[in-house]
Amino acid sequence: MILIAERINGMFTDVKRAIAEKDKKVIQELAKRQTEAGATYLDVNVGTAAADQEGTMQWLVETIQETCTTPLCLDSQKPDVIAAGLKVINTTNRVILNSTPLNRKTDDQILDKYIEMADQAGPKSSIIALTMDKNGVPQDVDTRVAIAAEIVSNAMEKGFDAQRLFIDPIVLPVKVPNAQVQPTNVLTAMEQIRMLCDPPVHMTVGLSNISQGASERSLINRIFLAMAISHGLDSAIADVFDKDLVNVVATSDMLMNKQIYSDSFLKVYADMNKA
Amino acid sequence: MPVPEISEGFTSSVNRITLGATKEEGGTRISTVTVGGARNVVYGGSIEDKSEKPVIAMDVLDSKPEDWPDVLAESYKDVLDSPGDWAKKCMERFGADLICVKFDGIHPDRADKDADHAIKITEEVLKAVGVPLVLWGCGNDEKDNQVMPKVSEAAKGEKCLLGTITEDNYKSLTAIALADGHFLISEAPLDINIGKQVNILASDMGFPLERIVAFQDTGALGYGMEYSYSIQERQRLAALTGDKMMAMPVICDVGFESWRAKEAKLVDAPGWGPPAERGPMWEAATAVCLLQAGVNIIRMRHPKAVATVKSFINQIWS
Repeated sequence: MILIAERINGMFTDVKRAIAEKDKKVIQELAKRQTEAGATYLDVNVGTAAADQEGTMQWLVETIQETCTTPLCLDSQKPDVIAAGLKVINTTNRVILNSTPLNRKTDDQILDKYIEMADQAGPKSSIIALTMDKNGVPQDVDTRVAIAAEIVSNAMEKGFDAQRLFIDPIVLPVKVPNAQVQPTNVLTAMEQIRMLCDPPVHMTVGLSNISQGASERSLINRIFLAMAISHGLDSAIADVFDKDLVNVVATSDMLMNKQIYSDSFLKVYADMNKA
Repeated sequence: MPVPEISEGFTSSVNRITLGATKEEGGTRISTVTVGGARNVVYGGSIEDKSEKPVIAMDVLDSKPEDWPDVLAESYKDVLDSPGDWAKKCMERFGADLICVKFDGIHPDRADKDADHAIKITEEVLKAVGVPLVLWGCGNDEKDNQVMPKVSEAAKGEKCLLGTITEDNYKSLTAIALADGHFLISEAPLDINIGKQVNILASDMGFPLERIVAFQDTGALGYGMEYSYSIQERQRLAALTGDKMMAMPVICDVGFESWRAKEAKLVDAPGWGPPAERGPMWEAATAVCLLQAGVNIIRMRHPKAVATVKSFINQIWS
C-alpha cells in the first residue's frame, strides 16, 4: 500500500503558521514523524494563505529535503506551483504530481501539461489524475470510468506508462445530503477503472474527505479504507498519525496476500518503513 | 492506441551472504562461499539478474551412521568413523562447496554423546578442511541448547552456519551465534508463516537479518517435494518484492530426506531399476527441482548425485 501522508498542508494551522514564520522545525518534524508512522510519500500542499505559492512550495520542498529522504507528492491545482516545486526537488527520488483533472473549462490541455512536467521530471515521477473534467465532479459510476478511460488512453498515446498514473475517483463527504450513495459508486468505479489496462493503473483517494464534517471520523476513514482496498485501492492520501488506520492497511495487505502472514504482521509492517 | 511495452522488474533482491572467515578475517578458512543476491526468479531473466551459484554442502555425521543403506555408505566406508577424513574426502574427491557437520550422535535417543565429543568433532573437521562449515544440531531442543553453544564457541570467528533455531527454541542459539560471529539457520516445519515469524523473533533479539539462512524443511521427491517447492518459490517472490523478513538465502536438506524414501534405498525391487543408480537419481532429482524454486544451499549425501547436481548448477548459473 502506498500511503501518502497528508499533514504538510497549509490548511492546517500549525503548517500555516510555520509557513508564515518560516519555521523549518515544524515542517521537518512533521516529515520525520509521518515517515516513522508509515508514509511512503509526503504530500506537500502550500494551502491558500501564502501570497507567493510558488516560492512557498519551493521553501517547503527544500526544508523537508534538508532532513528527510522520503519521496514527496507535490499537491496543487496550479501547474505553476508544482513546476516550481519540481525545480528544487531531489531528482534521484520518486515524486508524485498531485493532481490534474482530464480537462478544465479554463484549460483544456491541463492533463497534457502534467504529463509533460512528469516527463521532464524523469521516469520516477507519477501523476495523480482525478476523474473530473470541465463539467465538474461526476456523481455516477459511468462518467467516472469514462473520464478515467480518456485519461489512460491520453497518457498511453503520449507514451506515458500507465503504471505511472494514479487515478483518483474522488471521494465525497458521506455527510452531504443525498451523498450516501457515493462511497459505493466510488468502489464500483474503482473496480472498472482497474480493468482499463493490464497491469492496472494505481488507484488512490483523498481518504479523509469521506468523513468531512461527520462524527466518528477515524472509524469511517478506516472502514472505508478497508473496503476500498478490497476493491483494488493501492494508495491513499491519509492521516498516517492514525495508528489504527495504519494497522488497517497492514491487515488488509496481509488479507489481500500482499504480505506473507506472520504472528508479528503489524509490527513487521510498522518496521518496514523505519529502515 | 499503441500496445504498451510491459517489462517486468522486481524492486528487491535476496540477501547476499559470505560464509567462512579466512585468516585476514580472523578465521582459519582457506576459502569462503558466497550465496544469494538474486534479483529475479530462476530462469527469470538477463545475466545481471542472476544470483550467485547455488552451492552444495555435503553431510558429515559426527558419529558413524547405523542406518545408511549400503549404496550410500559404500562411498564412505573407509571414513565413516573419522569425521575429519570424511570431510576431507567430500571436499577433495567429491567437490563439496561446504561441509555440513550433522550432530546426530548427541541425540538422547541415539548415542547421547556429550558436548566434549561435539567440540572434538568440530575442531577435527575445522582442521581437516578449509571450506566453510555448517554446524547442525540433533533436533532435540534440550540437548541442542546444551551442546550447540559449545560447538559455536569452538568455531568462534569462523563465520559458520549454525542451526537450527525454531519458533519454540531460538534464544540460546541466537545469543551465542551473535556473540561468536556465526550465521544462523531459522527452521520452520513446511510453514511459511512460522518461517517468517522465526526470522522476526531472531531479529527482535538484535540478530542481523543479513546473517540468517532460512530452512523451511524439505520434502523429497514423492514425499511432499511440491510443498517445499511452492514455499521456496513464494519466499523468493516475497524477497524480490521487498519483504525484508523473507529476503534471506535458503537451505534445503535433500540428502537426508531423499535417502528416507523407500524408492531410494530399497534393494530388492527389480522392477524399479538398479539400486546403485536409483538412490543417487532420487537425490539428484529432488535437488534439481528445488534449485529451480530458488534454493541457495543444498545438503546432499551421495557423490554421484552431487556430481549430477553440480553439473546442472554449472550449466544454469554459468
